[in-house]
Amino acid sequence: MHPILSTVLQRLGLGLLTLFFVSVIIFSSIEFLPGDFTEAVLGQTATEETVAAFRRELGLDQPAYIRYFDWIGSVMTGDLGQSFSGRASSGIDRSRAVADLVAPRLANTLFLAAMTAIIAVPLALTLGITAALYRNSIYDRVVNAGTLSTISMPEFLVAYLLILFLASLNPIFPSLANVNADTPFWERVYKCALPALTLTLVIVAHMMRMTRAAIINLLASPYIEMARLKGLKPSTVILKHALPNAWAPIANVIAFNLAYLVVGVVVVEVVFVYPGIGQLMVDAVTTRDIPVVQACALIFAATYILLNLLADIISIVTNPRLLHPR
Amino acid sequence: MTDAPETYSAKEEVGQVRARRTRWERAKIELRKAPLTAWFGMVVIACYVFVAVFAPWLAPYGEADSSFGAYLPWGDGHVFGTDQIGRDIFSRMIYGARNTMGIAFVTTILAFLIGGGLGLVAAISRGWTDQIISRAVDVLMAIPSLIFALMLLSIFGSSIPSLIFIIAVLDSTRVFRLTRAVAMNVVVMEYVEAARLRGEGLGWVMRREILPNIMPPLVAEFGLRFCFVFLTIAALSFLGVGIQPPTADWGSMVRDNASLIQFAQYDLKAGITPLLPAAAIALLTIAVNFVVDWFLMKTSGLRDEV
Repeated sequence: MHPILSTVLQRLGLGLLTLFFVSVIIFSSIEFLPGDFTEAVLGQTATEETVAAFRRELGLDQPAYIRYFDWIGSVMTGDLGQSFSGRASSGIDRSRAVADLVAPRLANTLFLAAMTAIIAVPLALTLGITAALYRNSIYDRVVNAGTLSTISMPEFLVAYLLILFLASLNPIFPSLANVNADTPFWERVYKCALPALTLTLVIVAHMMRMTRAAIINLLASPYIEMARLKGLKPSTVILKHALPNAWAPIANVIAFNLAYLVVGVVVVEVVFVYPGIGQLMVDAVTTRDIPVVQACALIFAATYILLNLLADIISIVTNPRLLHPR
Repeated sequence: MTDAPETYSAKEEVGQVRARRTRWERAKIELRKAPLTAWFGMVVIACYVFVAVFAPWLAPYGEADSSFGAYLPWGDGHVFGTDQIGRDIFSRMIYGARNTMGIAFVTTILAFLIGGGLGLVAAISRGWTDQIISRAVDVLMAIPSLIFALMLLSIFGSSIPSLIFIIAVLDSTRVFRLTRAVAMNVVVMEYVEAARLRGEGLGWVMRREILPNIMPPLVAEFGLRFCFVFLTIAALSFLGVGIQPPTADWGSMVRDNASLIQFAQYDLKAGITPLLPAAAIALLTIAVNFVVDWFLMKTSGLRDEV
């Protein structure tokens, strides 16, 4: 078998295995619930029958491994279970399917993340590569100082500073990103401007510093020095010698930061009251709505693992040493 | 030419006991050479610690004393005004230093005990023990820690002990990775082998042979971990699932007073009130980073290229 194919398959298998273990962890969280949990969900006046019915619905009368395969099977088919909220002690079930709660919000979050990525990735790469090329110049120092101070700030400080200057003192953008399914595209972009800008600032800082470090590391290697000493043009050195080896670190940087976006999005959505999946998860944590929390955690974790997997595969596929095996 | 007696003797000079500088003297010399940024960091950290320790004496009002009017402006007995239920914001900031930093500190120590201990055990015993712990850590690290913390908090409920424990366990994975990696380099040294051959137990090898030799990277990591834990706790409190009221905490203070930001056009001071606790968090993070940078440069002679 071609060495690339076998390495990629190996990495894919490892990723799937990780995903499996993560799903087991997320599933087993329900095992640790304290015994009086049904009471907390159904209220203290719940009758014996309601409690028994609820426990049967959760499947607590069956062994854990059967429940796990039931759960993972229905997750595969898009059925994420029923939310805990809306259940009454009387036994009337007004709860909604988790999938219906999650789907529209997932779309909103993906929109925000995509908008951020479109702005942030080219910006960060340009800044990082130019800062590495003009190392120790004034430009490099300014960019570095700027990104260092953004990194030290918690996301919500960046968000509120932007609100203070761009929404409150100079009302340019709205401070609440209250979009819904009917919002037209450009209005949606306008309303998402501040959340996207916050996320951009946060991840550009990380991405730029990592890109700069990767490029500097690469430019210090002997074969680049050799190419320079040979008298090649700087553009040839960068494009033909440095870039093929730079794809792997750059892909890693991008994937790492998009994965970081997954976490940052939670705080930013809460600040701007953006109806995304992060806010749904925080609300569900406050009300201890476990099925919703599980679904959100699974989506976040899967995105995170897949992005890292993608970065690994890109770095394998673009590795010149594997592309031209001896 | 004076005829001073010829008193020099090579034997005597060699025989002299070389005066060693005491630890304190060496520290003073190092401090004198420290760059401005490190000094700035140390002064800031010292101020924070002072405020945290002496909070009850420094704060003009009680932590949860809500006997004042809501949303009072700056000045007039309340340096930063009052919040939505009439608590003095300045006093709560002072108590917040104590609570947020205290909890973050305890969490970091716990994370180091768990992660450092397991890392040393894995590095020394290798084989199956190492494999099992390392793979378990890989899986835990595959879930973003804020998401994992949110999920666990929804199960165990948001109380301070569960907050400390959950974040300590999640952060110990990073400590484990570092400890294992640096300890691996030391475990192969001859003196460790000698200690094992003379029959020392696991505890002795961990404490007396390996730990003293891997201290510098661990101390630097402690500073960075502390920042990270601090930011995570602030973020969780900001989301309303971390430290619960009435305990004062910087993250939840930002959330509680956030609506004031809309009035910045009419009263700039009110507008920046919610930013004060957030700025306090940022300042501490920067200060710790400066000190850690200096410490890393001192101990390894390497400068972080980034």
